[in-house]
Amino acid sequence: MAEARAMDVVVAPAAPLGMITLRGDLAALAPVCAAVTGAAMPGVRKAEVSGGRGIVWMSSDEVLLLVAPADVAGALAQIGTALAGQHHLAVDVSDARAAFTLTGPAAREALGKLTPTDLRPTAFGPGDARRSHLGQVAAAFWMAQGGAVTVVCFRSVADYMLELLRVSVAAGPVGYA
Amino acid sequence: MSTRLATGGRLIDRARAVDFTFNGKTLRGFAGDTLASALLANDQMMIGRSFKYHRPRGVVASGAEEPNGLVNLGLGPAFEPNARVTTTALFGGLTAESQNHWPSLEFDIGAINSAFARFLPAGFYYKMFIHPRSFWKHIYEPFIRQSAGLGRAPKNRDADSYEHFHAHVDVLVVGGGIAGLQAALSAARTGAEVLLIEQTAHWGGRAAVDDPVIDGTPAAYWIKTTLQTLESMPNVRLRNHMMGAGLYDHGYALAHERLTDHAPATPGPRHRLWRIRAGRIITATGAIERPLSFAGNDVPGVLLASALRDYIVNYGVSAGDRTVVVTNNDDAYRTAIALVQAGLIVPAILDARPQADGPLVRQARDLGIRVEQGRGIAKVQGRRRVTGVAICAQAGEGAVLEEISCDAVAMSGGWSPVVHLWSHCGGKLIWDEEQAMFRPDATRPPLGADGQGFVQVVGAANGHLRTGAVLADAADAADAAVLADAADAAGGEAPVAQDAEETPMAPVWLMPQGASLKLRQKMWLDFQNDVKVSDVQLAAREGYESVEHAKRYTTLGMATDQGKLSNINGLAVLSSALNTPIPQVGTTTFRPPYTPISMGAIGGAARDALFQPLRRTPLQDWHEAHGATFEPVGQWRRPYAYPRAGESTHDAVIREVKNTRQAIGLLDASTLGKLIVKGPDAGRFLDMLYTNVMSSLPVGRCRYGLMCSDNGFLIDDGVVARLSDDTWLCHTTTGGADRIHAHMEDWLQCEWWEWQVYVANVTEQFAQIAVVGPKARALLEKLGGVDVSKAALPFMHWAEGTLAGIPARIFRISFSGELSYEVAVAAGQGRALWDRLVAEGAALGAMPYGTEALHVMRAEKGYIMIGDETDGTVIPQDLGLDWAISKKKADYLGKRAQERSHMADPERWTLVGLETVDGAVIPDGAYAVGDGVNANGQRVTIGRVTSTYYSPTLGRGIAMGLVLRGPQRMGEVIDIPRLDGSIIKARIVDPVVYDKAGERLDG
Repeated sequence: MAEARAMDVVVAPAAPLGMITLRGDLAALAPVCAAVTGAAMPGVRKAEVSGGRGIVWMSSDEVLLLVAPADVAGALAQIGTALAGQHHLAVDVSDARAAFTLTGPAAREALGKLTPTDLRPTAFGPGDARRSHLGQVAAAFWMAQGGAVTVVCFRSVADYMLELLRVSVAAGPVGYA
Repeated sequence: MSTRLATGGRLIDRARAVDFTFNGKTLRGFAGDTLASALLANDQMMIGRSFKYHRPRGVVASGAEEPNGLVNLGLGPAFEPNARVTTTALFGGLTAESQNHWPSLEFDIGAINSAFARFLPAGFYYKMFIHPRSFWKHIYEPFIRQSAGLGRAPKNRDADSYEHFHAHVDVLVVGGGIAGLQAALSAARTGAEVLLIEQTAHWGGRAAVDDPVIDGTPAAYWIKTTLQTLESMPNVRLRNHMMGAGLYDHGYALAHERLTDHAPATPGPRHRLWRIRAGRIITATGAIERPLSFAGNDVPGVLLASALRDYIVNYGVSAGDRTVVVTNNDDAYRTAIALVQAGLIVPAILDARPQADGPLVRQARDLGIRVEQGRGIAKVQGRRRVTGVAICAQAGEGAVLEEISCDAVAMSGGWSPVVHLWSHCGGKLIWDEEQAMFRPDATRPPLGADGQGFVQVVGAANGHLRTGAVLADAADAADAAVLADAADAAGGEAPVAQDAEETPMAPVWLMPQGASLKLRQKMWLDFQNDVKVSDVQLAAREGYESVEHAKRYTTLGMATDQGKLSNINGLAVLSSALNTPIPQVGTTTFRPPYTPISMGAIGGAARDALFQPLRRTPLQDWHEAHGATFEPVGQWRRPYAYPRAGESTHDAVIREVKNTRQAIGLLDASTLGKLIVKGPDAGRFLDMLYTNVMSSLPVGRCRYGLMCSDNGFLIDDGVVARLSDDTWLCHTTTGGADRIHAHMEDWLQCEWWEWQVYVANVTEQFAQIAVVGPKARALLEKLGGVDVSKAALPFMHWAEGTLAGIPARIFRISFSGELSYEVAVAAGQGRALWDRLVAEGAALGAMPYGTEALHVMRAEKGYIMIGDETDGTVIPQDLGLDWAISKKKADYLGKRAQERSHMADPERWTLVGLETVDGAVIPDGAYAVGDGVNANGQRVTIGRVTSTYYSPTLGRGIAMGLVLRGPQRMGEVIDIPRLDGSIIKARIVDPVVYDKAGERLDG
């Protein structure tokens, strides 16, 4: 077998993230989300993330809150207090997930091998978030202002995801940018 | 003989010779050759044997439509069967072998079939091999398998890699001939993002060979400059070596890119499967020339007229010195002219039309070529290659007028547009009487989600065979394709083209038209499957009126070429035999892929470690390091047992069961589903989902529950814990986590959308470890931090606390009958807790146990297992679980169904325990038999075994099964046959065979 060419992208496990799944009426959740993450409520299929803190839109009644791992318990308590008597669900999912970052100009093309999502710059750019699949497993991903992409998947398939990304990058560029 | 000409060949580089081998013989070609052109250049006219009669076969075409030229390519890990020589680029060291012959290509024993051809008519296999039935398996099938088939199956692991790529574009143009180039240009000028793909290595299609004048310049120049323009446009992407394989709904297209086939040393994947979403799709896939049906049209040396021309112009290769051209149209005259201009001899052009006098005909005559009109070929002479043709009147029955010696025949029966892609996704066809072809019906396109057509066909694929019409069609359609999206089209004017005027073709489906049966039995329609005119006519006589049935009966249009050459000729013959017009007979269904694509490309990166995702628990590393054997449960691999040195797996299971019952067992239960259900209506929701009442469960308590589908069948079970006033935690089976989560969301989103309930799947947030056995409490007390005493944490309660310094939730639940705690901690802390349990437990005799010990222990207690006791047809009442079904509730999912007469039938098989009289273990899946036979003459069955194990606790086989009126027959002995016919006697007993009183639960 011929040796593989690398693509201009680096895949790495992300720094540990505190993650909270929060479900409810998004408009009503906005103040406490802002208080906990310092971020504004993102629009549909958008992410408001910076420095490992922020909010990722998941569905019309669900967001993923990102906080420092040590702040999860406090954030859950804060949410519970702020939303007392209001129908919602908040759970810690920090340990349920694994996260990776793709940094470099070829991030889009590397992901294009794995997801049916439209990744054209006109369709997916900084601040955009998607729930889709990469290879055979579910994944969510969003692009930061600098173009780096964070990928989140279930913890149990972390090894699969890392190998999938590694193989895709090692196979070399498609040349379709 | 076929040979390389001294000059010519626009695609080859004569300065770069390339050596390759065919059947072990070293041959030489040039860079730029296809394997087909290189073989012909070496006078290797015969390339394979046919499928059924093993007749000698040579190349008949020059592209993707080639039916005969299939070879085994490569060796060992690079081996691939059925490689098409016309689309295989030559490279140094290429190794090819001919297929379907034994012992050799030149002398083949199977060719004897040919002598008995009249005994092997259409449907022969169906007629011959049906009786006696017992002969099929041992005589007929091995014989057919030996004689049928083309290439060998690869035996080695594939050394190459493959991948997928997803692309999204405004306009996808399939086909890089002049129509595709023009369509791409017109579309791109409107600003649309365009992807243009071409299956070969070269752009320009047939125009590059025939070189008409476009915009006052030779076509070759126009192709070059148009390509340069496209390459300079930032919104256009061009990819060659990439075939449009299939079109599907919603603008979805599959394309197959061959990256290294032509250059095997290139790093990277061999093939890439493109999964494309396009706003609009334009297919510019050209047309394929049709053969003519005359006797001996399959003899090596008979080629399509256009293919013969391609070999001369593209590769400087001639198929023979003397070529007779036989045609029903003007285009084939171009081949005659090209041959003469290359210095070769054309003894005659046989034109089946009574008269023809276009510019091409006149040019041929002016070159001194003899043109015979109203004439055809009665018979091709020669067996392994053409030695001559016998001429006859097309209007007659085949009386030979003259014999002409020649070594090649160029045939043309007209052109068939490549409508495959259009048809894949539902585009309809119309029959064009004048050109005798099916072409796309623009008024009935494949429809997208908006009700509008999303595919357009341009150029020759749309039935335009003249250069000017092709370009105009391409420019127009591309404008229209983008118009729907762009405010104003700016595609520009179509180029102006000049090529020779052509006189109309005349359909010729049989040559001569009144050919005798003897001749018709030698007229091949489908070269790859050995289907002749006489076979299709026989099928029609035997009542096969549908073209789809006739296809299956005769095998016309099957296998790797899918009838690219044979379909239209075949259905025309069928139409004539049925006396039904061609449009009414219709075509068979065009299905993707257009030409075969590699299995590797379909799999993409999903091989080896990536073949399937394997889910790993937080403790997986420990299991692997400690010699666990695994079993798949969903996409998890759970430890089945942990054999120690010198132990069999069975020994290990026995040890693990005994140890758990006597000391402590540790189980990784992390895979169990964990769903949080929260909200003001959560209790009401769970009361609908479970058969019993969950809303009344006090906070801090656990309750076992059953879940049924709305048809009443048991779909999952598990323990529910109430976490707070409005929050419940539902445990599901390992395989049920995602399924039950989806089930809950389905009911909440589609039926009870106004209920205030949220669900979250937190399965993977936790590592969950079962600590089981009489000393389990002692171990947890040793770890310290949580009061797990009987008083503080009774059975079916849960508590939260910090165990061994780790925040934990502890459930007092048992699936083994022993004192048992399931400890849930954050997944990231799971390994730390496990290590502590193993370390601190060693002195107490703690050992891990696997899923088999779990199964044995639950069976000893008569606990059911979803998937063993249930199979989608079982309701809880069948399992004696009436105690877990609320009689008070007005409704729950499945309640109504369980009241229907069949579900309430006392004759339904019901769960009991089975105790073998001699202590034997009943085989898995065994049935219990009764007296007599049923209406079908089969032995009456009265039950089946659902779970069966060797019980180390009792020292004998135990089982559970569903038995007719089982609970009323306690103590009865029933018969359970083994596969060898011997009978196991089993007594019907209570399913609970261990600690019926439940005295061990508290330790």
